[in-house]
Amino acid sequence: MLQASNVSYTHGARRRAHPGLKPRATAPPAPRSAVAQDSAAAPRSAVAQGFSPVCSPGVHDVSVTIERGGIVGILGPNGSGKTTLLRLAGGLLTPAAGRVTLDGTDLTAMPRRALAARIAMVPQETHLAFDYSVLEVALMGRYPHLGPFELEGPRDLAIAREALGATGTAGLEERRFSTLSGGEKQRVVIASALAQQADILLLDEPTASLDLGYQLEVGELLGRLNRERGLTVVVATHDLNFAASLCHSLVLLREGRVLAAGRTGATLTADTVLALYGVTARVRFDDQAGRVTVLPIERARHA
Amino acid sequence: MRSVRRRLAGWMLVFGLVALAAVAGAPLVGSTHISLARAFDSTVPFADNVDAQILFIARLPRVLAGVIVGASLAAAGVVLQALLRNPLATPFTLGVSAGAALGAVLAISLRLQLSMWGVSAVTLASFVGSVGAVAIVYALARARHQGFSTNVLLLAGVTLNSFFSALILFVQYLADPSETLHTLRWLMGDLGIASYTPMLAALPLAVVAGAAFAWLPRALNLLSLDTDAAASRGVNVVRVQQVAFFSSSLATGAAVSLGGPIGFVGIIVPHIIRLIVGADHRIVLPVSALAGAAFLVACDVVARTAMAPIELPVGIITALVGGPFFLWLLLRHR
Repeated sequence: MLQASNVSYTHGARRRAHPGLKPRATAPPAPRSAVAQDSAAAPRSAVAQGFSPVCSPGVHDVSVTIERGGIVGILGPNGSGKTTLLRLAGGLLTPAAGRVTLDGTDLTAMPRRALAARIAMVPQETHLAFDYSVLEVALMGRYPHLGPFELEGPRDLAIAREALGATGTAGLEERRFSTLSGGEKQRVVIASALAQQADILLLDEPTASLDLGYQLEVGELLGRLNRERGLTVVVATHDLNFAASLCHSLVLLREGRVLAAGRTGATLTADTVLALYGVTARVRFDDQAGRVTVLPIERARHA
Repeated sequence: MRSVRRRLAGWMLVFGLVALAAVAGAPLVGSTHISLARAFDSTVPFADNVDAQILFIARLPRVLAGVIVGASLAAAGVVLQALLRNPLATPFTLGVSAGAALGAVLAISLRLQLSMWGVSAVTLASFVGSVGAVAIVYALARARHQGFSTNVLLLAGVTLNSFFSALILFVQYLADPSETLHTLRWLMGDLGIASYTPMLAALPLAVVAGAAFAWLPRALNLLSLDTDAAASRGVNVVRVQQVAFFSSSLATGAAVSLGGPIGFVGIIVPHIIRLIVGADHRIVLPVSALAGAAFLVACDVVARTAMAPIELPVGIITALVGGPFFLWLLLRHR
């Protein structure tokens, strides 16, 4: 399947340095917004070059700009390309055509370690093949900062412990990872990503296996990390209310293409929910929650 | 928790002493009592010194071969379990030993006489067989994927194992029955090799594999997360998988060419060590190598003395110890 994908992480000021990425036609976007569109401007010649069998759920002609310092949600039905887009954005996949750039530098031009010092990724679920302690899992985040034969020093230990503290798991340090609950595991894996000291955090459905309490807890944690550390957060999620409560802006994907993108309040509407999922829903601002809420009603007959 | 450095140093010291004790003690034990004083008595010429002959010709080579084979198999087991993210993997899971066995059985059945640098045809053929198996499995794992599929690796290895086993039975069925015992003994795994020469040939291979192993442990820890998570932590996943696959295959090939497919060392030793020292591969890998050497040398002592003067193939002893342990482990994991 052909694909052309442009993902770029950028500061607002540098936006115009990317000729392939047209800013939206409206006024200069507010900071903390992601701008994405079906990129008619993606170089067509590049489209012809690639064939990438690994990306069969693929994304096509997707052009996404992720503003630094924001929280961006990627929404879409199963198979719409959310995970593919996230893996592209993390440099784990090379686009068959197009570029993924970080402040203008192509990710493919960056060595793995250098990339890991900038972008950290939290997979949907983590099953360890062997039973490490919580502290050992957190220390794994130090990998890109150590030489091949170097052992972790006191500084690495301090950073790992600080990351565990930030995710509220400092008390679990000596526990075996396998003995933790789903929510604890997720927070420890986030701590491990924090110990990487990257400024961009990508999460694939961070709440998928968590109960309501843990879902709110993870959302609260990500919001706090973003506010306090200026961490750029990108989450792929199925949970519309989670996205509404957390994300500053959204990218809506359908069949590997960008359906809509922009600030959360403007992007998440009854129309877009219908177009994305084929579900009629009541989307309205809830005064008590202080945010947009989505109440799914029924599957539409003709989506 | 104590630092990795201190834990590594502590466990290396403990298991280094255990291995040293095994290596120093094993040559003194056997069906015939020998006196060290007489063995090292320089006034008696070597040709007349029975004690020295037993020590240096019969026992010491077995002990040293046990060290090389035990350490190689245990370390290869650790690496393969991490590569396949499967605690039930053994050095023989990917078909290396089946290829080696087919080579050896062919050499025995066809009575190949060629030898190189004093290394017998059987040893050479088994090494060639293991290289062949590695090449087939690797080609399959690469063929359908951009990267390196450990699932295909596992399936290809298991399939190759049964295919080669069938070929071995076929060759044996057609072969001269008088060779069957010889073949069987090889297939059981036996350290009863006659000289130092094959060891000198296998040692450099084991050393090369060991050098590659030294580079791996931190990346193997990260692979336990999953490949995407490891890559996003800065691990060059495909490179690490390739180095892990080839170095563990090399160590296994060298070990099998020396002692045949001696079972269970490559699975029980890593698991016992993980139970004792934890999961960190920076500690598990080197400590397993020491423990594997000590374990196999000790098993060989039992093999030589349990039914003396009959010498049992050591593979029977490791399997008798390892089989029940393996089942216990399996039950414990469920």
